[in-house]
Amino acid sequence: MQPSDLAPSGMTDALLARVREQILAAATDGIALAPTGGSTKAFYGNVVRRGAAPVQTLELGQLQGIRSYEPSELVLVARAGTPLVELEDALAQKGQMLGFEPPHFGSGATIGGCVAAGLAGPRRMAAGAVRDFVLGAECFDGRARLLRFGGQVMKNVAGYDVARLMAGSLGTLGVITEVSLKVVPAPAALATLALPMAQADALLAFDRWAALPLPISAAAWVDGLAWVRLAGARAALDAALTHLGRGQKPETPELAEVFWNSLREQTHPFFTPIFAPIQPASAAASPLQPAGPERLNLWRLALPARVAPLALPGATDTLIEWGGAQRWIHSNAPASQIRAAVSAAGGHATRFRCFNGADEPVFSPLPAPLLAIERRLQGALDPAGIFNPGRLHPST
Amino acid sequence: MDTPTATDLDAPLDPALAAPHSPLAPQLPVDPARQRRVASALLEALPAHCVLWREEQTRPYECDGLSMYRQLPMVVVLPETEAHVIAVLRICRDLSVPVVARGAGTGLSGGAMPHADGVLLGMSKFNRILALDPLARTATVQPGVRNLAISEAAAPHALYYAPDPSSQIACTIGGNIAENSGGVHCLKYGLTVHNVLRARIVTIDGEVLELGGLAPDAPGLDLLALYVGSEGMLGILTEATVRLVPKPALARVIMASFASVEAAGDAVSAIISAGIIPAGLEMIDRKGVAMVEPFAKAGYDLEAAAILLCESDGTPEEVAEEVARMQAVFERAGATRLAVSRNEAERLRFWAGRKNAFPAAGRVSPDYYCMDGTIPRKRLGEVLNAIAAMEERYQLRCANVFHAGDGNLHPLILFDANDPDELARADAFGVEILELCVQVGGTVTGEHGVGIEKINQMCSQFSRDELDMFTSVKMAFDPQRLLNPEKLIPTLHRCAEYGRMRVRGGQLPFADLPRF
Repeated sequence: MQPSDLAPSGMTDALLARVREQILAAATDGIALAPTGGSTKAFYGNVVRRGAAPVQTLELGQLQGIRSYEPSELVLVARAGTPLVELEDALAQKGQMLGFEPPHFGSGATIGGCVAAGLAGPRRMAAGAVRDFVLGAECFDGRARLLRFGGQVMKNVAGYDVARLMAGSLGTLGVITEVSLKVVPAPAALATLALPMAQADALLAFDRWAALPLPISAAAWVDGLAWVRLAGARAALDAALTHLGRGQKPETPELAEVFWNSLREQTHPFFTPIFAPIQPASAAASPLQPAGPERLNLWRLALPARVAPLALPGATDTLIEWGGAQRWIHSNAPASQIRAAVSAAGGHATRFRCFNGADEPVFSPLPAPLLAIERRLQGALDPAGIFNPGRLHPST
Repeated sequence: MDTPTATDLDAPLDPALAAPHSPLAPQLPVDPARQRRVASALLEALPAHCVLWREEQTRPYECDGLSMYRQLPMVVVLPETEAHVIAVLRICRDLSVPVVARGAGTGLSGGAMPHADGVLLGMSKFNRILALDPLARTATVQPGVRNLAISEAAAPHALYYAPDPSSQIACTIGGNIAENSGGVHCLKYGLTVHNVLRARIVTIDGEVLELGGLAPDAPGLDLLALYVGSEGMLGILTEATVRLVPKPALARVIMASFASVEAAGDAVSAIISAGIIPAGLEMIDRKGVAMVEPFAKAGYDLEAAAILLCESDGTPEEVAEEVARMQAVFERAGATRLAVSRNEAERLRFWAGRKNAFPAAGRVSPDYYCMDGTIPRKRLGEVLNAIAAMEERYQLRCANVFHAGDGNLHPLILFDANDPDELARADAFGVEILELCVQVGGTVTGEHGVGIEKINQMCSQFSRDELDMFTSVKMAFDPQRLLNPEKLIPTLHRCAEYGRMRVRGGQLPFADLPRF
């Protein structure tokens, strides 16, 4: 950690003072604030709305800098606006990484936005979610009080774990100004297999393999291929390759990296815009020309283990990640129909990217008693209801 | 919609709620009229054998694993069904009766210490494993199921539940979730919060909530992450689903000796810096070794200033590669002796000493007090030396047997509780260790919880605004603050009192004098 990585504290103080003023003014005037880092995940969540009042952007992108990073502590502390690429570079230089492999969705992605969105990449099922790596957070509450929760040590049970609660809260609880994260050593070696397999067989295999002590760090299925990434000591990888590959050679490191990155960043051909009327399944692998005015919504399905391939309304293709726990479909069917099918299988569905039907809620609705508690919690941290109102739970 | 804060509500609800707790404070009396009223209301809803109020029945519940703090509960309720739990909570809400939940009572921070004016809710009858799905790698269990029982049930499928607190033979999953328990293997496999997928809880209003779920990333806020470690203050657990992980094919442990605690501390950092995450990385100092070796006969090096136990697990190929790397790091870090377990029996023998540290302490001292601060790893040597200096000042022995890889200290202060002066010195010694942990950038509790024990030190670790926010979080679940009140969050009054006892910089004035 070089001192030059630190923003001068005077500048930070001035930025924090400006944020505080903006919060106080917004609370007084009842103006909704949208805390923003690099605006790379602005598409995610419900529309921010607070009556007819305009929504003000609360810029945090300038609040930058790695505050401390010592590889032997496995802890990194950074200001919320620190670019994700800068942080990942600093870790890579020391042979470490973010365990949850977060998507960037654009070059401007910041660590604050990453934590607030709570999205994780292909390693999620093996390593954990964003919240599993959050050790501490500093944030402004709705009264513009700067509060710190958690800390910079691995084990800390002093007080409620408000820092972890920030992960995935979509900026509705407070304005994150700094986070401390647990980081992990990068694996000594990687190997990826792409095995021809039908979807149903791949799902069964993923569950069977996950119950064995194999160093699997990611498992995906798309277009008739089951992709399995192994990570760990060289010797362990060789043994696992023999067990899983049955003689098949691993993909080249370059191709493997391109593939996993295309899932993480949703640049894989599967995520290419699809327009109604629905194209034949085989065409999904190539860029499509608009065939109609209606672009299909991208749905993210979260499912328990052991769920067979699902037939979903309005969808043809599926891309499977996380060994079956995360699945993607394109569909313009009503949210209620998709959710009914997914919840029958014990899961929930998020309209991840929306092009149609914006008045339906993005996330699966919560039971009333749970929603009441979440609203009270939001009220505790943000009494005036100014932080991203409606983005997580649509305003009523 | 302004939410009241702790400061607004700092005026005590009743005299019992304001009573100061210290190991030496007398127990508060139970009000017989109120006891009759509450017990008869509960008896209308529950079978007679589930409600206990005679002193000979309630006495066994007066303390948990932190026996320095005792309080007879007004009524003990042992529910058998979720419907019982709902009924008890609604009655307690309607009568404004505090409720303290209890699992096996092995907690070390007084989190299950009863309330003189309250109900002690013992969850011991919720002791069934409801489902175990080897292919989905999950177990759904009731809160009173013992930690080790889950791994035992999963063993035929070559799976296990990873968090392994030392008390795992006795402690329950409900208590583990309340405290976010760790254990020897959490460096690699995570804490309770990383291994619980779903919690079914009942709120004080009798509402049943499902937090988390079997599918990842449940919609809404991550209330499961908030609930784990909330010390029985947000809701009562009635069911949980935990993650099971494949049992590693092989595990081997290295025992490395060092000539100083600093050298051992540096070796810990060197292992992590080398990109190795051991399955377990524990330190035992000279006093700890001298204490456990005659008892456990683990084969520890009595000459060393400190020994490290460093475990590698995985496939045989992985373990061979990693053990070689670990040995090389320890040699470079100046290890004076290295031994690697040659078989499972030897591995278990090496661990036996570590796991038997508490009983060993009980053999060499009438009482012992286990502290639980966490510090940045790089400060290990410095803090251990400071603790050695405190031993001189307090004239009490202290052995260190702890989770070095996580920087989670467990100083064991040896004392005799029958001697009031020793008890007071042990208490003050513990306080000074916790203050030091906060000063060096750590925390007052790594895995045992705040409970009643560390409530004063919360004033040092958090600002008033932060403590008030904890109260607001609690009130989002429990508006009357009836679930385990007076734990975890110190009142303004308490912090003012505590502040008066301390001078700036965290140094206690007249540290050699007993104080209450």
